[in-house]
Amino acid sequence: MKKLINSPDDVLADALVGVAAAHPSLTVNPSDRYIVRAGGPTAGKVGLVSGGGSGHEPLHGGFVGYGMLDAACPGEVFTSPVPDQILAATRAVDGGAGVLHIVKNYTGDVLNFQMAADLAADDGVWVEGVVVNDDVAVENSTWTAGRRGTGATVFVEKIVGAAAELGADLASAAALGREVNDRSRSFGVALTPCTVPASGKPGFELGEDEIELGVGIHGEPGRARGRLVSAKEIVGVALDAIHADLPLSGEVLVMVNGLGGTPLIELYVVYAAVAEWLAGHGVWITRNLVGNYMTSLEMAGCTITVCRLTPQLTHLWDVPVETPALRWGR
Amino acid sequence: MDASMFRAWIHEAARLMVDNTDRLTRLDSAVGDADHGINMRRGLQAAVAMLDETGPSTPGAVLATVGRALINKTGGASGPLYGTGFRQAARTLGEDPEVSAARLGAALAAALTGIQRIGAALEGDKTMIDALSPAVTAYQAVIDSGGDLTDATRAASDAAVRGLKQTVGMQARKGRASYLGARTIGHEDPGAASTVLILSALATVTAASGRRSERPGTGAAS
Repeated sequence: MKKLINSPDDVLADALVGVAAAHPSLTVNPSDRYIVRAGGPTAGKVGLVSGGGSGHEPLHGGFVGYGMLDAACPGEVFTSPVPDQILAATRAVDGGAGVLHIVKNYTGDVLNFQMAADLAADDGVWVEGVVVNDDVAVENSTWTAGRRGTGATVFVEKIVGAAAELGADLASAAALGREVNDRSRSFGVALTPCTVPASGKPGFELGEDEIELGVGIHGEPGRARGRLVSAKEIVGVALDAIHADLPLSGEVLVMVNGLGGTPLIELYVVYAAVAEWLAGHGVWITRNLVGNYMTSLEMAGCTITVCRLTPQLTHLWDVPVETPALRWGR
Repeated sequence: MDASMFRAWIHEAARLMVDNTDRLTRLDSAVGDADHGINMRRGLQAAVAMLDETGPSTPGAVLATVGRALINKTGGASGPLYGTGFRQAARTLGEDPEVSAARLGAALAAALTGIQRIGAALEGDKTMIDALSPAVTAYQAVIDSGGDLTDATRAASDAAVRGLKQTVGMQARKGRASYLGARTIGHEDPGAASTVLILSALATVTAASGRRSERPGTGAAS
């Protein structure tokens, strides 16, 4: 294992010190382990809290700021945060209008956020939850814990964050989050595995010319192992799977997201193939993100996420945002 | 069973988690994300530390403290699941200073119900339920036929071990292991394995206490 760390046990704590030092717009609470906007809660605004295992940076801490999240709760690498941590963040961002939890659909994340929501309710904080489950690679959900939450999480955080800034109440913010999730689908592909610092060994193995089609953001297996083929062919597999699940038409928002070990030049190669495939199917990309937004440590590969836009969603996407990892319009 | 015996149970469970950290983590690396041993060790050690610090005086208070520690220190899905189990058991025991074998059976059943309520796993899904559910049934059967605490906890522990062995042939349907599908067949479930350790610790502690109290005119059934 070759990593720029001081000790495998201190990765998260050391990284949070760095986050606090690098971003004066954020406040890091090192004991309760959450990241909030500096300056406290915004009175009358719905607070947005997300979180999950670390190792997916910039998700979620990099999306704390105007127009997106109010707080992020990072767990240990690939391990969900705990209820007290989420509860502390929830209290810290409650501006009196309630708090929305944005949760990726993993058993540990769902259970810990639910327990925190119950505890917050005991304290009189009104909490709603949106569970993101956009990964089409998980086909048979009666045999699994259900579809995993991946790239659509970024869309939910951005679009609901904008609506909350514009004064949406808790119920409509939650409904909007579910709408974005319902209109979005993702598919991932891995070229190499990644290594959790505490374990020191790769989470899975791939041959020199092998890829994992439908990989999860922790390296969970997908639909199939395949031979490494051209970017166009890989994009075809991904978009066929998405299109079969949610027929695409009209205007869409697309994210081509690097998993941590893939250079931007390759992500642009992928984006070109995505644009070509969609144009060939009469689908128009009107908004996009290309870059590393939701990583899986140093895994090589990418996820492709498509959201079928409406005029309202496009409008909210364009609302100014000012976070460490996403910013425009301000 | 009084509060000191419940504390002894958790100390023994923590000792077993430390001894078995690598084994649990190895099991988890085959079907999950290779952190179950590390997480359970962290959770049980935190439970012991909190018990030593706060010194709860009733069995219910001991289990409530353990539940809170597990929920907030374990992480992953195991923390909320085990933590809820201990908290539901604590609720059943109330504030009584002494717990009968039958009441402990009711507490174990409440733990099972609580874990299934939030985890939604059934027997056969290859989870901790596959060890805990037969253990609760076996415990109750011993009590119903007039057995004592030592016999009942031993029967529960043995049934959990049998349940763990049966998970080898199962395909996981819950948690992160479920994404591996058929690739989970052939491996023991790590959650069922940690449940075996907790129930085995209970049997060890009650057996030791039973031996101490074996005097003419007194039974071990309390």
